[in-house]
Amino acid sequence: MNHKCTPPGGNTTAGAELSAERRAYLRQVRRQKQEITLWRAGVLVGLLLLWEIAARLGWIDSFIMSSPSRILDTLFSLADNQILMHFSVTLYETLTGFVIGAFGGLLLAILLWQSELVSKILEPYLVVLNSLPKIALGPVIIIWVGAGTEAIIVMAVAISMIVTVLEMLEGFRSTDPELIRMAETFGASRQQIFRKIVFPANIPVLFNSLKINIGLSLVGVIAGEFLVSKAGLGYLIVYGGQVFQLDLVMTGVIILALMAVGMYRCITLVENRVLRGRRR
Amino acid sequence: MRELLTMQNVTARYQSPDGELTAAENISLTVSQGEFVSIVGPSGCGKSTLLTIMAGLKRPSEGKVLLDGEPITGPGGKIGYMLQKDNLLEWRTIYKNILLGLEIRNRLTPENIEYARGLLRTYGLWDFRDRYPSQLSGGMRQRVALIRTLAVKPEIFLLDEAFSALDYQTRLTVTDDIYSILRREGQTMVMVTHDIPESVSMSDRVVVLSGRPARIKQIHTIELGDLTPLERRDDIRFNEYSNEIWKELRES
Repeated sequence: MNHKCTPPGGNTTAGAELSAERRAYLRQVRRQKQEITLWRAGVLVGLLLLWEIAARLGWIDSFIMSSPSRILDTLFSLADNQILMHFSVTLYETLTGFVIGAFGGLLLAILLWQSELVSKILEPYLVVLNSLPKIALGPVIIIWVGAGTEAIIVMAVAISMIVTVLEMLEGFRSTDPELIRMAETFGASRQQIFRKIVFPANIPVLFNSLKINIGLSLVGVIAGEFLVSKAGLGYLIVYGGQVFQLDLVMTGVIILALMAVGMYRCITLVENRVLRGRRR
Repeated sequence: MRELLTMQNVTARYQSPDGELTAAENISLTVSQGEFVSIVGPSGCGKSTLLTIMAGLKRPSEGKVLLDGEPITGPGGKIGYMLQKDNLLEWRTIYKNILLGLEIRNRLTPENIEYARGLLRTYGLWDFRDRYPSQLSGGMRQRVALIRTLAVKPEIFLLDEAFSALDYQTRLTVTDDIYSILRREGQTMVMVTHDIPESVSMSDRVVVLSGRPARIKQIHTIELGDLTPLERRDDIRFNEYSNEIWKELRES
């Protein structure tokens, strides 16, 4: 009865001597990885160099195209243009919008999952809200909550929340019905089914939605800053454009890109930690 | 033998926008304590419906179902139900998976946990308790699912095509495995299957159903003694039983 069982997938000869073929294979895999990293860096450095040279030799007008060195100069003269302040304003607004949008959206999705009737009634409204370009609501938001940080955060929430609701609800609904049935055979209540089956089954969906969310929240914040124009990287970019200081615009865009990547990476890090051990 | 489960004139209907469907009609069946009963029938005849009713997941449209003399009102603590898929939760370790049933029933007492741990040890899964389901073979996963159900100490086991997702080789060993475990635990079992040899190899009685709506056509008592499912397959009478049931099914 107690027949020996070996788990599948455990046949990598860890610790033992590797065959020559295996060593060659591993070497090749490693080399290819290095090559890709090298080329990626190469492309970036090459483009930057080309940009700089073109600007110096006058192939392009560095007044309207800026150049890497001018961007660096702008970055290093932080004190003059308060880039750090603008950066932290945008970061704060984005994170606030993200947290409210993600958690609000998640909460709404949970409530909608609880009642099939309510979610059926609300479905067309959600679809319309989702397809509506939220930026069109900008003037309304400004009138309602004032032309300040609040308006910008509301914009970020408006853009990110509905997507979260729809995505999470879709995830909850497509939970393997067999798993739910299994829990029912143990007499699980709807509450328990959610806590023990539906929610944990959708953690990967949640992380996907968070990744989309952080990007959307940033879109909302920048759009809001374009409209409200008091502080933040969005403001800086608009301002730079208006006074024809393209160095400022380019610097703003680059900081924005780095910020987006940084936030995305943070979520990926948490995701890897949480989903460790879980395999599909 | 004590009568554990009784179905009296049970009829089951399903309602849908397209109309009414009678899945089973006038089913009367008694299962004694410690008995293994199989239900076979043409596919889609409503076999699983009967199990769902026994489990209390669906109420019969007519008739009564009694467990230990009391009517079944919902999926309670006395019934263990196993489905075709093992339905292990991929995000939980084997140990945590096994405690799921106790957790849902709010019965995570030290004694119950100790009992579950004992089952893990007895059935050779102790060393795998910190693994995740994806690291186990199909047969072992099915065994984990069985222990998860055993952990809540049910009085009767309902198996709904519990082996049909496994490949043939694994299925033979797993049925042997599960049969021995259930016998050893003194369990009562009702299983639904479309595999006639499987039903003959695993049960004391085989109930043959007609096509939809399912009615009881015949009940066969299998007298192959104290043999395991694999040993039964080698018995000469095994094929006779299988052929007889197969012919009956074909006529329906």
